Amino acid sequence: MNSTYIAALELAAGAVLVSAVMTLWRRSVRSIVSMLSLQGMALSVVAIVLALHEHEGALFVTGCLVFVVKGLVVPGLLRRVSRLDPRSRESRPLVNVPASLVFAAVLIVLSYVVSSRITGLSPSDATHLVPVGIATVLVGYFMLVTRRRAVSKIVGLILVDNGIALVTFLLTSGVPLIVELGSSLDVLLVVVVLQFLMVSMRHHSDTDRLTEMKGLRD
Amino acid sequence: MSATTTTLYGVAATLVQVVLLGLGGPLLVGVMAKVKARAEGRVGAPVVQPLRDLRKLLTKERLHARHASVVLPLAPMVILASTVVAGAISPLVSTHPLLGSSADILVIVYLLLTGSAAAALAGLDAGTAFGGMGSSRAMTIGALAEPALLVAVIALSIQSGTSNLPSIMSSTLTHPDWVFGPSRLLALGALLIVVIAETGRIPVDNPATHLELTMVHEAMILEYAGPELALFSLGEAMRLGLLFSLVANLFLPWGIMTDHTLLSLLLGTVALVAKTLLVALGVALIEVRSAKLRLFRLPELLAGGFVLSVLAVVTGLVTR
Repeated sequence: MNSTYIAALELAAGAVLVSAVMTLWRRSVRSIVSMLSLQGMALSVVAIVLALHEHEGALFVTGCLVFVVKGLVVPGLLRRVSRLDPRSRESRPLVNVPASLVFAAVLIVLSYVVSSRITGLSPSDATHLVPVGIATVLVGYFMLVTRRRAVSKIVGLILVDNGIALVTFLLTSGVPLIVELGSSLDVLLVVVVLQFLMVSMRHHSDTDRLTEMKGLRD
Repeated sequence: MSATTTTLYGVAATLVQVVLLGLGGPLLVGVMAKVKARAEGRVGAPVVQPLRDLRKLLTKERLHARHASVVLPLAPMVILASTVVAGAISPLVSTHPLLGSSADILVIVYLLLTGSAAAALAGLDAGTAFGGMGSSRAMTIGALAEPALLVAVIALSIQSGTSNLPSIMSSTLTHPDWVFGPSRLLALGALLIVVIAETGRIPVDNPATHLELTMVHEAMILEYAGPELALFSLGEAMRLGLLFSLVANLFLPWGIMTDHTLLSLLLGTVALVAKTLLVALGVALIEVRSAKLRLFRLPELLAGGFVLSVLAVVTGLVTR
């Protein structure tokens, strides 16, 4: 029982990090969004596995909520946004794809080195996986900084949020339900606002590259 | 169990491995071509076609390009010899082949690289433009694939605490939960990308075409004919068989011969054939489903493999 718990936890946490790296790897916005959906589902599996192991009803509810919001609703909304431009690709990121993958590898090693101090405070099966969450946060920031398209930037933001959620699940067995509810709705709101913003950006300037919005217009 | 019996079964396993690679490598190429043909709705050549080609080539006259040096006839022998040595000492049928103690995973990697280097030299030797282009491309791909390969190898040895390949396999047999751990799965992803790059299969190279803009492997063997081409192709086919069966054994170690009985030798052989066919089927289906990448997009694929292997190392360290 204990070994299956550890195996399931490791596999789900690994899937969160792998899907974060995959969002840097893929170019088409559609597959980036489906990687994000995969990550949301893996995150919810982490929460549900922890909840089943520690018999915490609230965490189980949180896990189901994460599955619905981050696994289905947010990616669904992003898909609708990207459907405005069906051939949308992250064509020219500020750092090219091979370099950003190597940089992601550096970030992953960095997060492992940094967080060994934190995990040393209270070693357990769950806290060992904290580096995975921190690495997801760093990869999310990297994506936020280096990608040009609005959709990619919002994906980076959600990666950061997912990483933070993973760390809280692993370290504290989840924050109170109301806080998780608040942060999930926050992300949802950001995505909805982005959707309006993108529609109006496209209406005004026919692009969603944020770098091209330098001047003001009447 | 006396020392003589151990040695005897070690010799037997080694012989079986070499014969299996020699016959099975070309057959594996044929099987993959057949699977691809069937998946694309064609009938395809018979599975034994590569063996028939080899027999045909061996009866032909030896012909060398006018400006070729001694490298041209030597390179196929180096490729074949390095692959045979790597195949003999690797744990394929048994975890105790003869000289298995020297089968460090780095030794195997560099034996295979010796073959790649010989192939690149062979492409350059006749001095034609296409050969040089092929060699330069093959070396570029090899240089990009090598970091991914080495880091994936480190991930495997972190888990087992040794870099000796037979010991890695035996320790995997005693810890079957490692196989489905995230570290192993990530290393598998990285190794699959590397193996596809090293054997020149479709997302990286298309062995079925002679398109001058894209060919890599075919460009290197343009100047070869007759028995030397046969040796070259046999070496490449054995390399493919060796890489596939190593991947199969690292990730599905069950069935490999661990004790010294005739039955387990037989079982190990059958299991090896079945597992390798499974890997070949998987790679053939990847080939059917994907298009060849542009040469300038290859660094993306191989950098992805590198990141997967780094992830494998880090998760291996985290979950140890």
